[in-house]
Amino acid sequence: MAEILEQLAMCIERGKVNASSPYPPDLKGQEGADELCKKALDDGLAPNDILANGLVVGMNAIGRKFSKNEVFVPDVLMAAKAMTAAMEHLRPFFDSGEATFKGTFVVGTVQGDLHDIGKNLVAMVVEGGGYKVVDLGVDVSPEKFLDAVKGNPGATVGLSALLTTTMVNMEKTVSLVKEAVPGTKVIVGGAPLTQEFADKIGADAYSPDPQGALDFLAAASA
Amino acid sequence: MKRIRDDLAAKRILVSDGAWGTFLVAAGLQAGECPELWNVEHPEVVRGIAETYFDAGADLVLTNSFGGSRFKLGQYGLAERTVELNEAAAALSREAAGPDRHVVGSVGPTGKMLMMGDVSEEELYDAFRTQLVALESGGANACDIETMTAIDEACIAIRAAKENTGLEVICTFTYDTSTAAGYRTMMGVSPAQMAEATLAAGADIIGANCSLATAEMVPVVKELHAAAPDVPILVHPNAGRPIRADDGSITYPETPELMAAEVPNLIAAGARIIGGCCGSGADHIRAIAAAVRAALA
Repeated sequence: MAEILEQLAMCIERGKVNASSPYPPDLKGQEGADELCKKALDDGLAPNDILANGLVVGMNAIGRKFSKNEVFVPDVLMAAKAMTAAMEHLRPFFDSGEATFKGTFVVGTVQGDLHDIGKNLVAMVVEGGGYKVVDLGVDVSPEKFLDAVKGNPGATVGLSALLTTTMVNMEKTVSLVKEAVPGTKVIVGGAPLTQEFADKIGADAYSPDPQGALDFLAAASA
Repeated sequence: MKRIRDDLAAKRILVSDGAWGTFLVAAGLQAGECPELWNVEHPEVVRGIAETYFDAGADLVLTNSFGGSRFKLGQYGLAERTVELNEAAAALSREAAGPDRHVVGSVGPTGKMLMMGDVSEEELYDAFRTQLVALESGGANACDIETMTAIDEACIAIRAAKENTGLEVICTFTYDTSTAAGYRTMMGVSPAQMAEATLAAGADIIGANCSLATAEMVPVVKELHAAAPDVPILVHPNAGRPIRADDGSITYPETPELMAAEVPNLIAAGARIIGGCCGSGADHIRAIAAAVRAALA
């Protein structure tokens, strides 16, 4: 693997956005994900190569550490910020079709629930894993999830809830989406959820952390 | 103004209240409905919760204003009513408290993250100031800046309280992440780090609430007490981790007796004010109050 991609992956994992970013302190003044991604393109590396062997490697590393409680929310947010900076350079190639996503992930917080931190973390880690993310926001109705699945054929759906009072709204979305578009995979998550609850409402998977969602997507498309 | 610390000096251990949300849901609050709106639309229900907890033996009772910042109320289109809803919250608990007991204005997180540039420090400060001033004018004599996870947000709220009100300031964080080195908040903050930062910002009383079951709070209280041996510590554990029944309902596994059984351990760890968070009700507080009386006897 090209050395520049190893460096890029390191910058994503450490949350090093660009040369002027003061964070993390020990990388102050050095090039970040922004500069390195542009350089990799200038060096003639393929966008898909940069995504798979740079961005995805870095986000995977931070996602795994997060699921083991070795790093915390701010670390994932900074990594996602670095990833977004790199992604800006790759976006035109995705738009033109020269680069391709591994798949599409439709994600949102369920109806009645306005909490978005957990959902955002999942969206960031999954995007960093090489997927196109369609983020529907918070308080998303079952119908809105269904519209997004219809508009993105083959998409996998992610449902988030923080409250015990709103997690019960997941069931409606799961059954509506699966009935209208058979074969659609749904993964659920959120603080009060359990595997038993996911099984009970007919979801295909439950994950206690963002990396689990990414691992499920990877396994489902393998 | 009345001070919780004066009562602590006289009584050594005080009893706080239990959960509010579960009461409101039981009274008919729907998912997607703004809990703080009940302060004006169903004041008798909200006042009744405070009365229930005082009757159960609480020395201090919070207010129905956890999501009362203009950022949270704004999600329901109610940002313009921030002052009204917070004043009403404090007034209802004050009516239940009478003049001699403590009303502690509840202030929860805004849901905005400074490090992501969601919001500026000035905007956060202004939002907390508005809420805290309204809680004081409604009748609160203290505030609890609670369920916090980030040092920056909590310290801005503490400063807003200290610089604009005469409220006694309690600050509690929620430690939901278990690591090899002990519990941390989701932002990675340890109890010792929290103690140092919030006391420097001016907190009078510190502690922990939510996420953890009662026994799990013991090491957290110990760490807080070791970091700040002279500062009173408040603890509001959950009644265990929530369990979902087959019919979709949610229950919390710790009975009043189970929670009360941990009271001596919490006191030994350094807790001075003991109440409950999610899943705890009047019976839990009654049992905790009895256990506190027994411990003091």
